[in-house]
Amino acid sequence: MNSELLRVTNLVKNFQIRRTKRSGSVKRLVQAVSNVSFSIEKGQTLGLVGESGSGKTTVGRCILRLVEPTSGKIEFDGQDLGSMEFEELRALRRKMQIVFQDPFASLDPKMTVGASIAEPLIVQRVPGSHSDKIIELLELVGLSADHASRFPHEFSGGQRQRIGIARALALNPALIILDEPVSALDVSIQAGVINLFDDLQKKLSIGYLFIAHDLSVVRHIADRVAVMYLGKIVEIGDQETVYENPTHPYTKALLSAVPLTDPKIERTRTRLMLEGEVPSPMNPPSGCRFRTRCWKAQDVCSQEEPILTLRPSGQMSACHFPEA
Amino acid sequence: MTEIILKIRNLHVTFDTPFGQVLAVRGVDLDVMKGEVLGVVGESGSGKSVSFLATMGLLSSRARVSGSIVLDGEELIGKSPQQMRSVRGRVMSMIFQDPLSALNPVHRIGKQISEMLQSHQELTKKQAATRATELLDLVGITQPAERATQFPHEFSGGMRQRVVIAIAIANNPKLLIADEPTTALDVTVQAQILEVIKRVQQQLGTAVVLITHDLGIIARVADRVDVMYAGRNVEQGLVDDLYDHPSHPYTRGLLRSIPRPGKERLTPIAGFPPNMISPPSGCAFRTRCEYATEQCETTIPELKLFTDLQTACLRANELPDFRIAQ
Repeated sequence: MNSELLRVTNLVKNFQIRRTKRSGSVKRLVQAVSNVSFSIEKGQTLGLVGESGSGKTTVGRCILRLVEPTSGKIEFDGQDLGSMEFEELRALRRKMQIVFQDPFASLDPKMTVGASIAEPLIVQRVPGSHSDKIIELLELVGLSADHASRFPHEFSGGQRQRIGIARALALNPALIILDEPVSALDVSIQAGVINLFDDLQKKLSIGYLFIAHDLSVVRHIADRVAVMYLGKIVEIGDQETVYENPTHPYTKALLSAVPLTDPKIERTRTRLMLEGEVPSPMNPPSGCRFRTRCWKAQDVCSQEEPILTLRPSGQMSACHFPEA
Repeated sequence: MTEIILKIRNLHVTFDTPFGQVLAVRGVDLDVMKGEVLGVVGESGSGKSVSFLATMGLLSSRARVSGSIVLDGEELIGKSPQQMRSVRGRVMSMIFQDPLSALNPVHRIGKQISEMLQSHQELTKKQAATRATELLDLVGITQPAERATQFPHEFSGGMRQRVVIAIAIANNPKLLIADEPTTALDVTVQAQILEVIKRVQQQLGTAVVLITHDLGIIARVADRVDVMYAGRNVEQGLVDDLYDHPSHPYTRGLLRSIPRPGKERLTPIAGFPPNMISPPSGCAFRTRCEYATEQCETTIPELKLFTDLQTACLRANELPDFRIAQ
């Protein structure tokens, strides 16, 4: 039996931007996502991590075709999304939902919570009265039935994020794209929402694409992890393998940069300090895109682009000089 | 005996709003020792930023500030705006989350540093420019002389924060207040900026107050920690003690809610932070606390020495030993 829910193959997304200069305007291409491939199994979580500008959010949006991919293939439950007409795509979107980062911006302040949650049902023309479904959904995300008639401003950030999750669950999706779903929340609140994701996945066997910059959160929630740098996946594999034995220098540096909540460990840790910052995706370095910040870079890194290669510890990474 | 550089006692800050009076800070007591890094941790609305904006005299006229703030032996409450201006940038400086809005987009970086130098010291233009270059070098900007002639938009986010730090330490202040200085930055750049702050503290002996919501950052750079909740300090102590055996239920809750390696279920703190227009009576944390009793409703707990931490909890000595589920 095929348990694959989503397969993304060679996804590319270029954005055209116009830069106005004294000499006139110049069109330039920003390669936000460059040849990204991965898959998600049913009921599993893939964590997508990377710094700003790595293209992780664009990947999520391309999957839902909220932005049109430039090229590449996206298959959901065996069906190719790219070849679909609008109506077909809309029907399939029942099965794929998204939760956004900002729980304040993603709810309409003039709609009651119940109306927001029912909106996907209306859009998808689900027949019947939705009031029972709304109550069921509210209770599923840890809110109560009487919240349905209230407005978003009456809720805290954590509660609003739960409302957004209830809305995403309304159509019983098989895949939810979670785009930085807890980064706007305080830690004490964040933990409750992460637990909710765990519970929902167990109960409803939903697949998650969990996009985040917080590596500790991703480690907790993900089964597999993909690390992105400047539009490319540099390392992908099982969560434990990638975190315990990173083979790409960038993954290693990223993990080393994250402060751990233990002062004793922090004091004795050797830290890999990366020089500089992420280069502009408008003009990415030749060859390996990480080479300008990499302490291992040699001539070959600027000439030849490394491809994702299976490492002995089980993950794939794209590096000419992988860590042991 | 270590010298206290900043001593805050019974600080209260309230704001009048159309919805009522917001009790942002409700009796904060804290000391910052000479040359140390004090981490101030708390969630949004805990009053951590407001307390230090009050220290800097940067709150709007709508804010009512009372209590005592003594900086290097000088009482700051009651000082005129003009007197505060001579303290700011000379004895203490503050840096913020967003370095771009802290810099003037139409002036060269070197000029902005020189301006800070010349407003507190008798320096010629040339002397100030030389010193500005030295400062850029200190905060890790390569080719400082050349970079000094550039504008803020020519710098990346991390580089801008370095420039802001250079301005803040230009007059060798005794205290640097950093309010979420790395929150807007990527994690690899955050690591660089934290190193710069540590270097400043070690090389110049500047005391640093690091305000953050990230307990990992505190673990990495702070010597002591102050935990704030609903406008009050709930626990203070050395970083090792506080992470190892926190006594306050809120500190314990914070440390437990952080994801750690492994797939164990997380332990969130129940409920959510209070509305600061009408915070709960007594201990503000009682509405979310599993140990709360009737007494917690009526008595505001004060900071008391318990084992080696200062803890504001009536039941601190009755709580079970702290263990992070592993």
